[in-house]
Amino acid sequence: MGLDLKNLLRSFALMELAQGMAVTLKHMFKPYITVQYPEERTPLSPRFRGEHALRRDENGEERCVACKLCEAVCPAQAIYIEIDPQSSSEKRLTRVYDIDETKCIFCGFCQEACPVDAIVMGPNFEFFGSRRSDLYYDKQRLLANGERFSSVLNACIAADAKYR
Amino acid sequence: MAEILRTVQVHGVDLFGPLLWPLVWVVLKVVLLLAPVLFIVTYITLAERKVIGAMQVRPGPNRVGFFGVLQPLADAVKLIFKETILPEKADKGLFLLAPLLTLVPALLSWAVVPFSPELILANVNIGVLYILAISSLGAYGIIMAGWSSNSRYAFLGAMRSVAQMVSYEVSMGFTLIPVILLTGSLSLVDVVEHQRTWWNIIPLAPMFFIYFISVVAETNRTPFDLPEAEPELVAGFFTEYSAMSAGLFLMGEYANIVLVSFLGALVFLGGWLPPVSWLSFIPGLIWLGVKAGFLMFVFLWIRATFPRYRYDQLMRLGWKVFLPVSLAWIFLTGLMLQLTQGVGGG
Repeated sequence: MGLDLKNLLRSFALMELAQGMAVTLKHMFKPYITVQYPEERTPLSPRFRGEHALRRDENGEERCVACKLCEAVCPAQAIYIEIDPQSSSEKRLTRVYDIDETKCIFCGFCQEACPVDAIVMGPNFEFFGSRRSDLYYDKQRLLANGERFSSVLNACIAADAKYR
Repeated sequence: MAEILRTVQVHGVDLFGPLLWPLVWVVLKVVLLLAPVLFIVTYITLAERKVIGAMQVRPGPNRVGFFGVLQPLADAVKLIFKETILPEKADKGLFLLAPLLTLVPALLSWAVVPFSPELILANVNIGVLYILAISSLGAYGIIMAGWSSNSRYAFLGAMRSVAQMVSYEVSMGFTLIPVILLTGSLSLVDVVEHQRTWWNIIPLAPMFFIYFISVVAETNRTPFDLPEAEPELVAGFFTEYSAMSAGLFLMGEYANIVLVSFLGALVFLGGWLPPVSWLSFIPGLIWLGVKAGFLMFVFLWIRATFPRYRYDQLMRLGWKVFLPVSLAWIFLTGLMLQLTQGVGGG
């Protein structure tokens, strides 16, 4: 084995410690890289999967045709849909379209499954509720979301279209 | 400075009468001493978070007040208004006494810490001995906290902490002995004044480093913060403490850091003496503050840099490295003094 004299001397002269402390001191004078969240934000991908929204088409009608593909594909069974039997329009429409956001795992399968780009996951991740019922979204709320984020949603779909 | 003190004395006697004045004067001096100390203690917590933040390339607290300057106040208000939980099986009296017993010795030592040749609460001629004696008392508070909590984690943490403090007190005391040998006096004022030609760090550099590492261990700071090794012991001896009783432990820890930084500056770095004589237009108080502040910064710097020691490594370092090295240095210092000056009657 033998004594490694050089290393022993380095240890006694606290060289390793000095090296480590030099690294931290050097970092101390670097500008910080923290994103100050409420004021600053990191960029979001167009594929970001946040709060759900139901979109309307150019004529202001609901895009959803009640095909129930999203309900079928949802692994968490967070979506509940009822078809509107007395729909006056030519399209099939939903009577009930509920998403339980407390069940949702934000996998994005619903928007992948949707043939008419009706259900989408928007850019909003800052939603909360103090009761469970606050996070049980009905159709009105989802459609309201669609209107609220319509410009962003359209931009996101347009940006991602060439990869689909 | 002496002028101001004298005028205050004269006016004080006029105001309070010769009987009452000495009492008022002592209380006034204690308040004038402890207020800045406690101020530093509160703000070193902020400094710590800021410095470690900067070293980890993040800003640290910056929400409460401009640049986070009110953060310590926010912390204090939070701690004070929280509920102090008394564990059902704890020994209540000891449990509440323990935090005080760790904080008070840290503050008591300030009585003999000189800020300049005149600015000192009690210029006793055994200052170094007094500080060593008082700072050992902190171990009692910790072992009382661990015992009275009636909890395994607290007890094991206290055992570790006390063993560590006792071990490192030995080497810390031994590092101060060469200084005392050189000075020929136990008074801190004499120790500083003796460094007019050379600061003690020049002939005693290894002692300074051993002193500093020992006090890092003594104050239970990283990399020697085994008493509160979270993965094993939750929070060490103050596992069961909450609210301000835990806050008092933290205050005691920080008060100790400030104390040993000042002591290191006084004993090894020439206290209030400027490094070169043409810089003596800057008041000594500022020099002392700069030196002690630098040592406090090194405390935070070390915390941001090094990982925690293992317990057997810690004990080995204390007993098998620091103790022989400091003993050898005491011997060397004595030998050199004997050969050059013939101290001790020859």
